[in-house]
Amino acid sequence: MMDTFAALAHGMAVAVQPMNLLYALIGVFLGTAVGVLPGIGPALTVALLLPVTYKLDPGGSLIMFAGIYYGGMYGGSTTAILINTPGESASMATALEGNKMAKAGRGGPALATSAIGSFVAGTIATIGLAFLAPWLVDFAVRFGPEDYFALMCVAFVTVSATFGDSPIRGLTSLFIGLTLGLVGIDKLTGQARLAFGVPELLDGVEVTTLAVGLFAVGEALYVASRRHHTEEKLEPVRGSLWMTKEDWKRSWKPWLRGTMFGFPIGALPAGGAEIPTFLSYSTEKRLTKHPEEFGKGAIEGVAGPEAANNASAAGTLVPLLTLGLPTSATAAMMLAGFQQYGLNPGPLLFAERPDLVWGLIASLFIANCMLLVLNLPLVGLWVRLLAIPQPWLYAGILVFATMGTIAAKPSMVELSMLAGFGVLGFLMRRFDFPIAPVVVGLILGPIAESQLRRALAISLGDPVTLVQSPISATLLAVALIALLAPFMLKGLGRFKANED
Amino acid sequence: MFQFSARLVGAAVALTLALGTPTFAEQQLELKLMAPAAPGGGWDQTARSMQQALVASGVARSVQVTNVPGAGGSVGIAQFVNGAKGDGNQMMVNGFVMVGALAMNKSPVTLEQVTPIARLTEEIQVIVVPANSPIKTAQDLAAAVKADIAKVTFAGGSAGGVDHVMAALFAGAVGADAKKINYIPFSGGGESLAAILGGKVTAGISGLSEYEGQIKSGKLRAIGVTSEKRIAGSDIPTFREQGIDLVIANWRSVVAPPGVTPEQRKTLSDAVEKMVKSDAWKEILKQKGWEDAYLGGDAFADFLKKETVRVTDVLRSVGLVKS
Repeated sequence: MMDTFAALAHGMAVAVQPMNLLYALIGVFLGTAVGVLPGIGPALTVALLLPVTYKLDPGGSLIMFAGIYYGGMYGGSTTAILINTPGESASMATALEGNKMAKAGRGGPALATSAIGSFVAGTIATIGLAFLAPWLVDFAVRFGPEDYFALMCVAFVTVSATFGDSPIRGLTSLFIGLTLGLVGIDKLTGQARLAFGVPELLDGVEVTTLAVGLFAVGEALYVASRRHHTEEKLEPVRGSLWMTKEDWKRSWKPWLRGTMFGFPIGALPAGGAEIPTFLSYSTEKRLTKHPEEFGKGAIEGVAGPEAANNASAAGTLVPLLTLGLPTSATAAMMLAGFQQYGLNPGPLLFAERPDLVWGLIASLFIANCMLLVLNLPLVGLWVRLLAIPQPWLYAGILVFATMGTIAAKPSMVELSMLAGFGVLGFLMRRFDFPIAPVVVGLILGPIAESQLRRALAISLGDPVTLVQSPISATLLAVALIALLAPFMLKGLGRFKANED
Repeated sequence: MFQFSARLVGAAVALTLALGTPTFAEQQLELKLMAPAAPGGGWDQTARSMQQALVASGVARSVQVTNVPGAGGSVGIAQFVNGAKGDGNQMMVNGFVMVGALAMNKSPVTLEQVTPIARLTEEIQVIVVPANSPIKTAQDLAAAVKADIAKVTFAGGSAGGVDHVMAALFAGAVGADAKKINYIPFSGGGESLAAILGGKVTAGISGLSEYEGQIKSGKLRAIGVTSEKRIAGSDIPTFREQGIDLVIANWRSVVAPPGVTPEQRKTLSDAVEKMVKSDAWKEILKQKGWEDAYLGGDAFADFLKKETVRVTDVLRSVGLVKS
């Protein structure tokens, strides 16, 4: 433990060198910028920068890459909240409540809680990275396909909270998503499914295309269709621009809970950032004292997922630094960054180049502080965006969504899909189907399927394997309880009512 | 500051060289290079490394890299064959994985349509087992495979990729039925590494560089590499040394569009050959851990044909390619 402190202090000394501070600043700035644009993610940015940074010193450029990574996580939430366009799939859960808050004139507190929540989560998770990494990685490696499948079951059960009021409509949406998830080459047998001979479909449906299509384009179409019914007047600021005492009180627990989801799941080799954000969202929805506000702009629904999102980014660095395991596209690019300098992340890196590893970890703290300082003053500026007349704003959103999609995948098919999903999003809004489950289905469906089939292939088709590992047995039990608890509580409630 | 001035000196040297040989300066190319994959993967890194080396060595004035991701390169090659036909300033990076992907996806465009330029690099493949596995040598694994092939689980990359083909070739080489291999594809080396370290599978297959750290730290045991001869300075035996005829490498190459003139082909081939000999390129190979596998002209065209036949046969035998 003392060693860790000493190493971290040494790392701080590396990170506060003026040049490294400058790299961190450039990194967080670039990261925020690309996070705002849907489609252009941190992975692409790091890829583009790799040849440029070739001549820089390794420490500096890695610090910059980490800044981009964290910055991207901040930036993605800004557009999700303000214009319902999640810049990354991980910001999707933020859009659910965040955009509702923005429309109700509470964009300021929403942005603030997401920035501060990201800071809190990022800081706690970075501490976790410094102290728990070796222990956590042992745990993560023990996670087998059957355990992932069990985790997916937990996710499926809990995210049913995103289904809205009618379970039938929610399930319909979910199945649309699951069907979309089948499109493309089957990962286990290499056979194409539902691709209809279109080569662009072989890689499946891109999550950001679906999310941007359903959320942003669908919303623009819906607003346009209702323009003559009622002129909805958006007030950029109603009440306080900053978080009130009440907002703080309602935010701090979700921040901490979001971190608890984000960090460990982010550290899993196949964990990702999407699952913890959804888990956090549904947990907050269950635990809130203001259930009536969910779906209309509850601050807990922004604070939790945002914290989870950032904590998972730190979690991703655990397997990257300790095992050389890149578990996200950005981490893969950072690995390439390490290799560019002849460094191989892995068990030996901590021993061979402690200055570099601890410098990187320390600079994550610094990047986090910079992001907070960079983002909070911008809140006031960002919410002015909402004062733009609606036709202009939505035209802008359409341009923005299209540009982002083309930037990520320059193809006609992709653009047609965006338009198609936009129409789907419009119809679903028009006929009152919840939108989030579609995206949830697309993200979780393929993971659950391939992990289940992998588990069965390893056990030679014996389903007992699914409950044999303690991790999966526990998780499946959690899923079962989460599934049954509401019914049992309802029964209990009736019982109590009878007693009165 | 020092680096900056070093770059200036480099530029000055390049300039002098260019001025000193006017014919060469005339030939300076402005190239477009397609990586038929998303940023970050092997093809993208190859393309970006070529960009760096071509410009640094003064062979090309500028190189623009474009990414056209999708389906193991099927989307990229279709766009390349149709969109760049006859254009002597465009090239595309490809490799082993594309051969299998095109066959599996029943792509209407094939590698016969492009103009082969050169094979550039290869990565040696390795089979690893967890450190506590009873399997110590390739022969141990062969015995396990022969005893009950279904019980031996191989973890590796995507279905039909080099790892999968290698698992089938291994089974075939030790006299087992390659059709019955229990190959479990993972997305990317990260996930499969976790499955191997966690003891979920019998063995793992990947590029050597990807697992080198784990092998050195003793968490994984390498039971064989696929190179023809033992790698200099390495204590990992080859499969050939252990009596198993398994030689395969994940090669990467560069091709030109269909319909280029013989002169255009020569210009591009010469440019690539010059690049391969440059110090900048050698430096990159060292950094990335890629083996120099330069093979130019008709020799590469022959190699491409043979490899296509071999890979398609293997994929047919494991049922990934129908008919």
